[in-house]
Amino acid sequence: MSLIRKPLNRRSILRAGAVGGAALATPTIFTSKVWSAGYLNEPTGAEVILGFNVPQTGAYADEGADELRAYQLAVKHLNGEGDGGMLNTFSSKALQGNGVNGKKVAYVTGDTQTKSDAARASAKRMIEKDGAVMITGGSSSGVAIAVQSLCQEAGVIFMAGLTHSNDTTGKDKRKNGFRHFFNTEMSGAALAPVLKNAFGTDRTAYHLTADYTWGWSQEGSIKKYTEGMGWNTAAAVRTPLGAGDFSQYITPVLNSGADVLVLNHYGKDMVNSLTQAVQFGLRDKQVNGKDFAIVVPLYSRLMAQGAGENVKGIFGSTNWHWSLQDEGSKAFVKSFGQEYGFPPSQAAHTTYCQALLYADAAQRAGTFEPCALAAALEGFEFDGMGNGPTLYRAEDHQCFKDVLVVKGKENPSSQFDVLEVVEVTPRSQVEYPAEMLGGELGACNNGA
Amino acid sequence: MDVILLQLLNGLDKGGAYALIALGLTLIFGTLGVVNFAHGALFMLGAFCAVSFNALLGLDVVTVDETQTTAWGTPLEVRTPYVEAYLGDFGAWILNYSVPVSILIAIPVMLLVGFIMERGLIKHFYKRAHADQILVTFGLAIVLQEIIKSIYGANPIPQAAPVAVRGAADIGALFGFDPGVIVYPYWRMVYLAFAGVMIAGVFAFLQFTTFGMVVRAGMADRDTVGLLGINIERRFTIVFAIAAVVAGLAGVMYTPILPPDYHMGMDFLVLSFVVVVVGGMGSLSGAVLAGFLLGILQSFASMNEVKAIFPGIDQIIIYLVAVIVLLVRPRGLMGRKGVMEN
Repeated sequence: MSLIRKPLNRRSILRAGAVGGAALATPTIFTSKVWSAGYLNEPTGAEVILGFNVPQTGAYADEGADELRAYQLAVKHLNGEGDGGMLNTFSSKALQGNGVNGKKVAYVTGDTQTKSDAARASAKRMIEKDGAVMITGGSSSGVAIAVQSLCQEAGVIFMAGLTHSNDTTGKDKRKNGFRHFFNTEMSGAALAPVLKNAFGTDRTAYHLTADYTWGWSQEGSIKKYTEGMGWNTAAAVRTPLGAGDFSQYITPVLNSGADVLVLNHYGKDMVNSLTQAVQFGLRDKQVNGKDFAIVVPLYSRLMAQGAGENVKGIFGSTNWHWSLQDEGSKAFVKSFGQEYGFPPSQAAHTTYCQALLYADAAQRAGTFEPCALAAALEGFEFDGMGNGPTLYRAEDHQCFKDVLVVKGKENPSSQFDVLEVVEVTPRSQVEYPAEMLGGELGACNNGA
Repeated sequence: MDVILLQLLNGLDKGGAYALIALGLTLIFGTLGVVNFAHGALFMLGAFCAVSFNALLGLDVVTVDETQTTAWGTPLEVRTPYVEAYLGDFGAWILNYSVPVSILIAIPVMLLVGFIMERGLIKHFYKRAHADQILVTFGLAIVLQEIIKSIYGANPIPQAAPVAVRGAADIGALFGFDPGVIVYPYWRMVYLAFAGVMIAGVFAFLQFTTFGMVVRAGMADRDTVGLLGINIERRFTIVFAIAAVVAGLAGVMYTPILPPDYHMGMDFLVLSFVVVVVGGMGSLSGAVLAGFLLGILQSFASMNEVKAIFPGIDQIIIYLVAVIVLLVRPRGLMGRKGVMEN
């Protein structure tokens, strides 16, 4: 053994650096995604975690609560508990009620508070801390667009809940985002012929519009279709979200010469504005020798219940209604009703469908990898989920299916029986070219 | 002309609510010297007295009709409120008039709430800085609204006006306008009349009773009244409780106009403080005047003709008026010299 110390030279320092660097990097290399399948939050254990991001507080908390109930029911059915619900009627038979891709479905929840920043924060938490491989939910277009964008950046799939603005699958569409719910363009296309039959072509409409993305979108679509059939628009007035008392916006309607009031409001705003419009006698009014009419382009049974008897005779459109008699709807209503004691809302229906559609796509793709899963959803044709034959269009990730036109029931038999379906508008009548609403899907991101 | 009349009427009922809340705020500030940020919560608590009473009346007996089934296959449950099942037509009458009848519940409840608030918390802050008072009462408001939220949830709970006053009156026809041009809901007229009676009642109480005289003397010079051997503190506790009742009853009667939720107090509080400042700190008549004035201005600012010239004016009109009034008359419209000036 030599007692002579070797001097440090350039070569020995480089050698030591290389060995040290490799040693330090070893744990990261072997645990990084480079050596895994290569996508964010790939489930490695016995469970796959889904993130349910719904409004548990705020203006749309009722819808959020129903969405969460539907998600929990969907998880039960996916894991083989309960009666299976729509899994029994769904045209795709990939899911067997034994989880997805051999993994049990688990979930975490977040509260969007119906605020975009809160929704993004809760989605981020579920992706980064809880390891959610998919985010779904939302009860507002502003929230849906914000969360969809976050999911695109993060690299997980976003299955939109109750969002009705054209922009979600129009100018703000994303490759990682998918919407089952219909949109304002479809509402306009479905409502116009029914309104024409009910009120004729010589009408003047006055719009009160919630001042945010969904309100603008709906106002635009309804104006487009009603003006297209000969109606005039007297005015379109923007109202602040959550205004509470709408009387100062309703009174100008009385002397505007308009004979139709279109309420582009949803949730609490719709309950308040419709109630106050009826209080001001608009429903019983006559203008130019015609009965004054109120139209609520987007209806939900939960809102209709909140507005009580004020909804009687008032037309609107809806994505789905529990009174439908197809096998899928009956199976879902039975399953949901037995679980919770009341029928599901359209919010519950669309979120339940989204959970099943995501799981089915993952099962068919044989992976939870977002891009493979997106490819499985694109252009997917299915049936048995309550809306007739449905297409998940590849070009904009929008579902195309029949749209319901409903009317407030004159003689409801129970507190849930407030709307009646007056027309099932066929899918062909509400379809439009994908490029019409603008936007680019961009590239898929799997978070790797 | 008809449009202006309509917006005037419209502003009056809104102004009535502002005036009632601002009246209580001013009463508390003028007597106790406390800036009470929990006053909006008292308006909200009053509204929830009506909700609670209605929920109590709505407790029902469930009978199962085996001959009918629901859409999900379970036997149909038929629900009949106990009050209707046991009291028959009188029960149905109470259900129909649940909002006005709940005033009888709200008066003792709000008196008690006001008494507990003042004795339990507010009195400890009489001699503290206004900033401390604002912080503690604002904290109290948040606690109260969170309690309500945990019991009733976050969503508004609609309350129906009695059937007899659910429609709208064709006021225009009475004054020679075309039929249907000026219509106004009956319940809003009831609210306006109610606000007028409440305001007159508070003024009469302060003006024509010995108790009111002592309170007015205390508002003018608290120390001198104390030196005369009058227990002014006890009277001020009662004043606080009265202010709580005024705010609470304003809330009860507002429920058919605006379905109450836990946050409604906060929505009204900010506006009511602007009303108090515009009216003049410590001036009861100023609060009433400013309440109606700002309610009416807010309605006029929402007219399409006005918004065409000043877009978005409906959102800022109240604050704009407050800025102008404070620039021109720093004490507000009817403010007293020396109040909040040291």
